[in-house]
Amino acid sequence: MNKIDFAVGIGGENGQGIASTGNILALIFARRGLHLNAYNAYQSIIRGGHTFLTIRAGDGPVRNMGDKIDVFIPLNQDTMDRHLHLLKSGACAIYDKEKVTPGKAADGVQLCAMPMKELTKGNKLAVNTAALGATLELLGIESEPLETVISRQFKKKGDAVIAENLTIARAGYDYAAQNFTAFSWKAPRGAKPLGIITGNQATAMGGAAAGVKFYAAYPMSPSTGVLMWMAAHARELGIMVRQVEDEIGVMNMVIGAAHTGCRAMCATSGGGFALMTEAVGMAGMIETPIVCVDVQRAGPATGVPTKTEQGDLWQVLGAGQGDYPRIVVAPTNQLDLFHTIPELFNLCDKYQCPGLVLSDLLISEGTTSIDPDDLDFGVKIDRGELILPNGNGLPAVALAKEGNGANPGSGYNDKAYLRFKNTPSGISPRAVPGVLGHIFTAATDEHDEDGTLISDEFTNPQKRRMMVEKRARKMQGALKDIAPPKLVGPEQAEVTLVGWGSTAGVIREAVEKLAGEEGIVANQLAIKWIVPLHAAEISAILGRSKNVILIENNQSGQFARYLRSETGFDTHGHIRKYDGEPFMPHHIVEAVKEQLAGKTRLSIPVHEVNA
Amino acid sequence: MNAPVAPPVTAEPAQLTKETYRGRIHPDWCPGCGDFSVLVALQRALFELEQEPHQACVISGIGCSSNLPGYINTYGMHTLHGRALAVATGVRLGNHELKVICTGGDGDGYGIGGNHFVHTMRRNVDLTYIVMDNQIYGLTTGQCSPTSVKGMKTKSTPHGSVENPINPIPMAIVGGATYVARAFSGKQKHMVEMIKGAIQHKGFALVDVFSPCVTYNKDNTYQWFNPRVKILEEQGHDPTDFHKAIERGYQWGEEIPIGLFWRRTDLESLEDLEPVLHTGEGPLAFRNLGISAEQAKGLIQELL
Repeated sequence: MNKIDFAVGIGGENGQGIASTGNILALIFARRGLHLNAYNAYQSIIRGGHTFLTIRAGDGPVRNMGDKIDVFIPLNQDTMDRHLHLLKSGACAIYDKEKVTPGKAADGVQLCAMPMKELTKGNKLAVNTAALGATLELLGIESEPLETVISRQFKKKGDAVIAENLTIARAGYDYAAQNFTAFSWKAPRGAKPLGIITGNQATAMGGAAAGVKFYAAYPMSPSTGVLMWMAAHARELGIMVRQVEDEIGVMNMVIGAAHTGCRAMCATSGGGFALMTEAVGMAGMIETPIVCVDVQRAGPATGVPTKTEQGDLWQVLGAGQGDYPRIVVAPTNQLDLFHTIPELFNLCDKYQCPGLVLSDLLISEGTTSIDPDDLDFGVKIDRGELILPNGNGLPAVALAKEGNGANPGSGYNDKAYLRFKNTPSGISPRAVPGVLGHIFTAATDEHDEDGTLISDEFTNPQKRRMMVEKRARKMQGALKDIAPPKLVGPEQAEVTLVGWGSTAGVIREAVEKLAGEEGIVANQLAIKWIVPLHAAEISAILGRSKNVILIENNQSGQFARYLRSETGFDTHGHIRKYDGEPFMPHHIVEAVKEQLAGKTRLSIPVHEVNA
Repeated sequence: MNAPVAPPVTAEPAQLTKETYRGRIHPDWCPGCGDFSVLVALQRALFELEQEPHQACVISGIGCSSNLPGYINTYGMHTLHGRALAVATGVRLGNHELKVICTGGDGDGYGIGGNHFVHTMRRNVDLTYIVMDNQIYGLTTGQCSPTSVKGMKTKSTPHGSVENPINPIPMAIVGGATYVARAFSGKQKHMVEMIKGAIQHKGFALVDVFSPCVTYNKDNTYQWFNPRVKILEEQGHDPTDFHKAIERGYQWGEEIPIGLFWRRTDLESLEDLEPVLHTGEGPLAFRNLGISAEQAKGLIQELL
């Protein structure tokens, strides 16, 4: 368990500088070597509304936003009213004494009313900066880091803005030192300075590491961060980045680029993915490797654009008509996104199929601390049986030695090359346009081994069956290449908590809390690779568990149904949340307790913010 | 980080002949279909331009005419209904040394693919788009298309279409296409010239071809077109005159112009404007993967 672990919550209207304050705090914490996790609960609105940013930091791993707020900064009355009741003894609330009135706070909550007009010299937009200074003082952090971090944050706004913010932050710091009681503990220091990264940045950087040369997107929250990173770095890294007219165009363009031999990628959210799905089937049919990231948000239709959900599982499982192989993966956190993208590209290149990533708002827009040494860009690159004209792919000669007819000739009319050759692995050597002696047509109609449409000759049932089976067979190999999920925690436990994708961090903490605070021994099975699924291993693990509870961020139990369909295993209980907000550890702890007590088999935790 | 590098394939290819462009199988179009003429004209244009078949990619959508890539010996893609231009843009950007020719029908390009049509034109992607316009949905056995004339009776408009058709020529001219031509399957030699001009043109080139459907369109037949089509080149039309191009583009009835309506050469193509393609490293598709240690360091620095 963490020795010291604290959280700062900043709330107000969009446009009140919540993000910049959060960024400054996060950087100060990370540079101090603290681990952190930041989650922004916001509205689909550019100005106004209610936004609440939680930054939790500690000297051990911080895998989620946690359960409590230690420093509460309500920048307006609305925020004060919605959140004050959640503060526990020992916490403090920092607010403008002229603008915000506290309601009834719990005993032991320190109300830090500040004369903001005086401290900011009347600059209403700098109230957050004064509060930031006070926060650092209360946390026992020196004021020195303010200068470098504020300079970095406001670099584009010029020296005058930097100087003003620095003065105000220091004024807030000094005011807190003279008037408030600092925490009895001090924010610790970590072993080495860390950085901060969002999941969207990690996704894009994973793409860059994988050698993505083509990225296309249509802006869609919460995936747009990937597009922005790619656009900002395109020229420096030699990546072609396109904003396309719609997501149909995005996926088709990505497939076109991938067909020529580029590693090509796109990211979207559920609505955009819905438009892409016919083309995802095309990638399956013409056996072109592409990677698409679905950053899930609350659906259906436009849904709640700024809220998180794990509601797209069945959409992704069923994307596109017909049977075709696809790889589906749900990374568990930001660093995992960075590592998963190159790994998925290798698998997609090897098995010549689409790769679909199920991320969500929680981890893609969420910020975490990052150890720079964990971001290794020298990733393994395996392009599978790819034939490029300049030898940058697997050499055609080497493939020919294996007797699979990869290099039949070098003329214009060689007919020996079979792009879709029926092999035992289902994998056929893939030439790209520009290679002599390998001319073929890639068709979305069912085709023969040489690419000829079977409907252009005779719609041959034997050939149709052969090609369906050839493509399907590829997943047998893929299953062996992906890691089966592992049980974390004691083998003998009262309860096994199962989750998929982004909930791994919060479930891990719930397991620790159950053991530490409730005396309940639990273990955890976090499932990341969704298709193909290690059904046998999962069945074996769950079969040994006394009590299995499946936790997911949707209403209908999408993964529960998938698990049942693939393994026949029906979990004993379910914890589901579909109010737009992520799970907090106590939601899971309390639900597990009520289920172990036999009160229910389906818990739907309530998010406690005042409506 | 890459697989071992093999020497490039350097063997001398055979001589280019007209036969070089013949595909693996014979087209399964109806006897008399206008698309036969388009296929031959395209093959002839490629031959006359000495286009190496492995450096060309013919990309189609779905429909009778979209089966064309299977009948020609170049790299080919037979994509989804309406999506040829989006795929083709990806192909061009992935390998900008390929000659890319899109082929398809009026329903594919102007109907379901209308959005990509508009945006590919405004981007001025350097490719040739040949639309075999038969004013009908043939493969689905004869329904109304976006270019079916008002009043036309089809299986989906048994009382006559009440909708106005798209006129692709003015649409392309104002949409940003930089080469806009029309041809007729009954005038193959002229069509070869239109296609050659389109392939040589740097930028988005549209060749809309009257390619009669002999099975399902009994209105717009060879016999109907033959006396009506008039070749612009024989009438002294100036393809750099925007207003004249629009005016001739709207002409329909007893006299219907074919030929080059509009061409401008002063606009750069999308590929010209993207510095990523002009680093001297060749097509994106064939470049080394991964990023340098120096670049990685810079990216990480941004997070600290």
